[in-house]
Amino acid sequence: MSDLIKKSASELAALIAKKEVSSREVTQAHLDQISKTDSLIHAFLYVDTDGALAQAELADKNHDARKSPLHGVPLALKDVLAQKGIPTTCGSKILEGWRPPYDATVVTKLKDAAVVILGKTNMDEFAMGSSTENSAYGPTRNPWDTDRIPGGSGGGSAAALAAFQAPLSIGTDTGGSIRQPAAVTGTVGVKPTYGGVSRYGLVAFSSSLDQAGPCARTVLDTALLHQVIAGHDPKDATSINAPVPDVVAAAERADVKGMKIGVVKELTGAGYEKGVADRFAESLAILESQGAEIIEVSCPNFRFALGAYYLIAPSEASSNLARFDAMRYGLRIGDDGTKSAEEVMSLTRDAGFGDEVKRRIILGTYALSAGYYDAFYGSAQKVRTLITRDFAAAYSKVDVLVSPTTPTVAFKIGEKSNDPVAMYLSDVATIPVNLAGVASMSLPAGLSEGLPVGFQIIAPAMKDDRLYLVGGALERELNSKWNGPLTHQVPDLVVR
Amino acid sequence: MPRISRDEVARIAALARITLRDEELSGLAGQIDGILDAVAVVQEAAGADVPAMSHPLEITNVTRPDVIVPSLTPEASLSGAPASEESRFRVPQILGEEA
Amino acid sequence: MALTYEEVVAKYEPSLGLEVHVELNTQTKMFCGCATEFGAAPNTQTCPVCLGMPGALPVVNEKAIESTIRIGLALNCAITPKSRFARKNYFYPDMPKNFQISQYDEPICTNGYLDVEVETDEGIKTFRIEIERVHMEEDTGKSLHVGGATGRIHGAEYSLLDYNRAGIPLVEIVTKVVSGTGKYAPEVAKAYVKELRDILRSLGVSDVKMEQGSLRCDANVSLAPTGSGKLGTRSETKNVNSLRSVERAVRGEMIRHAGLLDKGERVIQETRHFQEDTGATRSGRSKEQAEDYRYFPEPDLTPVAPDAEWIERLRSDLPEKPSVRRARLQDQWQVPDKEMAAMVNAGAVDLVEETVALGADPTKARGWWLGEISRLANEAEIELNAVGISPKQVARIVELISVGELTDKLARQVVASVIAGEGDPDSVIATKGIKVVSDESSLIAAIEKAIAAQPDIAEKVRSGHLPAAGALIGAVMKETKGQADAARVRELLLGLLS
Repeated sequence: MSDLIKKSASELAALIAKKEVSSREVTQAHLDQISKTDSLIHAFLYVDTDGALAQAELADKNHDARKSPLHGVPLALKDVLAQKGIPTTCGSKILEGWRPPYDATVVTKLKDAAVVILGKTNMDEFAMGSSTENSAYGPTRNPWDTDRIPGGSGGGSAAALAAFQAPLSIGTDTGGSIRQPAAVTGTVGVKPTYGGVSRYGLVAFSSSLDQAGPCARTVLDTALLHQVIAGHDPKDATSINAPVPDVVAAAERADVKGMKIGVVKELTGAGYEKGVADRFAESLAILESQGAEIIEVSCPNFRFALGAYYLIAPSEASSNLARFDAMRYGLRIGDDGTKSAEEVMSLTRDAGFGDEVKRRIILGTYALSAGYYDAFYGSAQKVRTLITRDFAAAYSKVDVLVSPTTPTVAFKIGEKSNDPVAMYLSDVATIPVNLAGVASMSLPAGLSEGLPVGFQIIAPAMKDDRLYLVGGALERELNSKWNGPLTHQVPDLVVR
Repeated sequence: MPRISRDEVARIAALARITLRDEELSGLAGQIDGILDAVAVVQEAAGADVPAMSHPLEITNVTRPDVIVPSLTPEASLSGAPASEESRFRVPQILGEEA
Repeated sequence: MALTYEEVVAKYEPSLGLEVHVELNTQTKMFCGCATEFGAAPNTQTCPVCLGMPGALPVVNEKAIESTIRIGLALNCAITPKSRFARKNYFYPDMPKNFQISQYDEPICTNGYLDVEVETDEGIKTFRIEIERVHMEEDTGKSLHVGGATGRIHGAEYSLLDYNRAGIPLVEIVTKVVSGTGKYAPEVAKAYVKELRDILRSLGVSDVKMEQGSLRCDANVSLAPTGSGKLGTRSETKNVNSLRSVERAVRGEMIRHAGLLDKGERVIQETRHFQEDTGATRSGRSKEQAEDYRYFPEPDLTPVAPDAEWIERLRSDLPEKPSVRRARLQDQWQVPDKEMAAMVNAGAVDLVEETVALGADPTKARGWWLGEISRLANEAEIELNAVGISPKQVARIVELISVGELTDKLARQVVASVIAGEGDPDSVIATKGIKVVSDESSLIAAIEKAIAAQPDIAEKVRSGHLPAAGALIGAVMKETKGQADAARVRELLLGLLS
């Protein structure tokens, strides 16, 4: 294994800046690792070998312009973001072969920053899932144990980091799709404040919940990527027109002295595995030893969050996914000259969507339909108010909230595929964040029986920097204990 | 008694323009019923006095100026089309009403 | 046996509901920066947003909001402090996202009214039409049905879609139930759409061309037995594409409903399509069940919350109301009510005003627009303002008459030539050699010739029977090919015969 791929993005950027290595060499090393390991891991749906090398060469050519602190560093992009001319499937058959004629704003910002895009990563179809098993193109495997899931929906983006296929990746998080995969792969993932990163070009699952965010193996790398992709975008009416909090400075400062850290009572206890609870308690002890004050807070309405989420997200999705109708792009089934447009739409949607997507479209259509709206979608919206009030009350007492990211470590592939409700419980701790639009990070807290455990930090809206203060402080202590990032303990991949 | 009948699932699927095969419908009806059971808890959470929240942001009046931005070329617009003709998207016959 | 209209209105009381869709004339679409030019080549004004591509997001056109608020203010509406966009979900190939961004329970303007005047048996009467709401939405694309005999949707083999129109800003103006019009329902409906069109035109927010679809009207009509105080079942007639059609559609539906009710049948609540050629309506495809649009707040857009300052700025910029302006002009021009109503009906007010502004005498200007030019417009079945002669050209013609360079008869020739596209009045006159014969010696020669040809008539005139002079004047005009000034001919003739 090349030494280069084990390095962090900030280390690689420094080497490239000093011309000790070229972006092309770094990119090639990662492409080599992908071709060596991805038949096993299946983190990528598309590897843009030629495009990545061309971008790397351009980065080398523009070396002196140094477009960003991540100039020349490669990255893996979740396949839910439009990249001009590059297949974008969202893990769905219905979009097979579609090449967007435009770039998502996140992609534009990455290109402007001379970050090299290696390819598109696997995901649960239209980001609906917690295991990446719902990808129409087959599951991604967890590099820690390839019989296990890498989390979802952004399993590809997380596994690519843990398998050293990329030092950086982009995920999207609607109910935990960045943080839950980060937790179960021992990587770092941040869901920025809603509106902090443009959604333009992010294929919508649930517009009022979706948020793209940075993923990496270290807190600092995550902050550097956060800084590159965040900021106001006039093409997204729900983008916040305010300066991005200085997340990089916060990651570097990594100081929790005097900070009040709230433990959410409702996100601990029953339902959380012992190994998860133990690593969480140890992390709290570290933060306390660094001068933070640990306070228990109660968010009583969080128990309604899962229910509200599984009404709001499917409702919005049922509308967002209506556009996949075989008329203008993507799959078309049954156009044999005898069938009407209406029949072709229905046949294509049945053939092109997977089971979980159909379940959620039907659930959402039901929740919005005449006679059920008030009882379902309407009630869920009220819960959203209550959860937002819980957060506001909590933040009147503490600076950040914390919890385990997930109740369990990575489960086995196939273990929960037939029980949607059990699968939904994977996101019980991450969902309240999206309903309120606040910022959140998951970072590694250690291992439980050889599998990673995630620690979740939740900051108020537009206080994303606090995630990095706390995450940076915890990571410093843990990494010194582990002698490097947790991912250095990923077992060697045995490719059959 | 289930919260949602098989027929209701079929009706909703038709509204969502999904033709479900028979065996699919049976499986889905049971699963959706189970999910509805799990999410129905939201109905007991809030009283009438709690306002609905449809969005996390409270900003208003986000607009753009009325200034022309170049469109895609027709070639780019049609690049993903399953079928096209004379710079238009070609689709099977439409059964609906005349506009 | 079908009822006559008189029988219908004797037995039944009509109620109306009018929904008008107006395409705004913004430079760009409602939610993206694509141009909105009418008639552009297919799909040249499209982008990821208006094609509903995955990942694309809408951003509201500020001008569209301002135009809508201005419409609301001109219609005496309340402006909603915080209005919201909502998604109206239904599948249709001409709608790229399979939902339309519209407004549902929180429209931007509500509760207004518009007063319209209709000529009744008791003179001109004002009807107040109450406005329920004014809201913003986006237009759909256009489909072209290929194959089959009719070129219509039914029987077509396939369809071709052009999304240039998709996303053009639309404003929907919905009335409350209009009742109490009695037999004048068709006229009231027409007067409402016309007054609304005039207001929209004066605001400059839309091209309001019904024939191009930038103003479209759906007319809901229902009948209830007179005096029952009830509302009957309504039909909704779409595709009403001219002012005249509004009137015809309402009248036609009233007669159709009454026919059903008289036979003891029920009126079906349905959408019907107006047939321009026959004036009848045709049933749309019957729907097995009520539409379920699953409206919910549009999560990609933020609410519109115009502050008082913004609204007041827009209010202070409103132009004079067409009704106020008409009263002012009527006063200035000293026109009787009936004449003014005729001018309004013919759509001549603006044209006359512009002609007068260019120096023409109001009575003369009115005479030309309502007389010869209206006649030619009617012949050609086009609107007065599209007939092909400008106020400037009319003003010039009036001027030429007043200085004696044209006679009325010659001026009619010039008008016809200008309308035929032969150029400005002066160049028509030059090209055709049109001129008033004012050389008195040749005129006198012509008069003497006429007198010599009809000595008995000349004698009658001489003996004081002046009406007889007409025959001689006519002969002179014929001789001079109409180029003589008839008044001068008469003067000279009477002088010679005195």
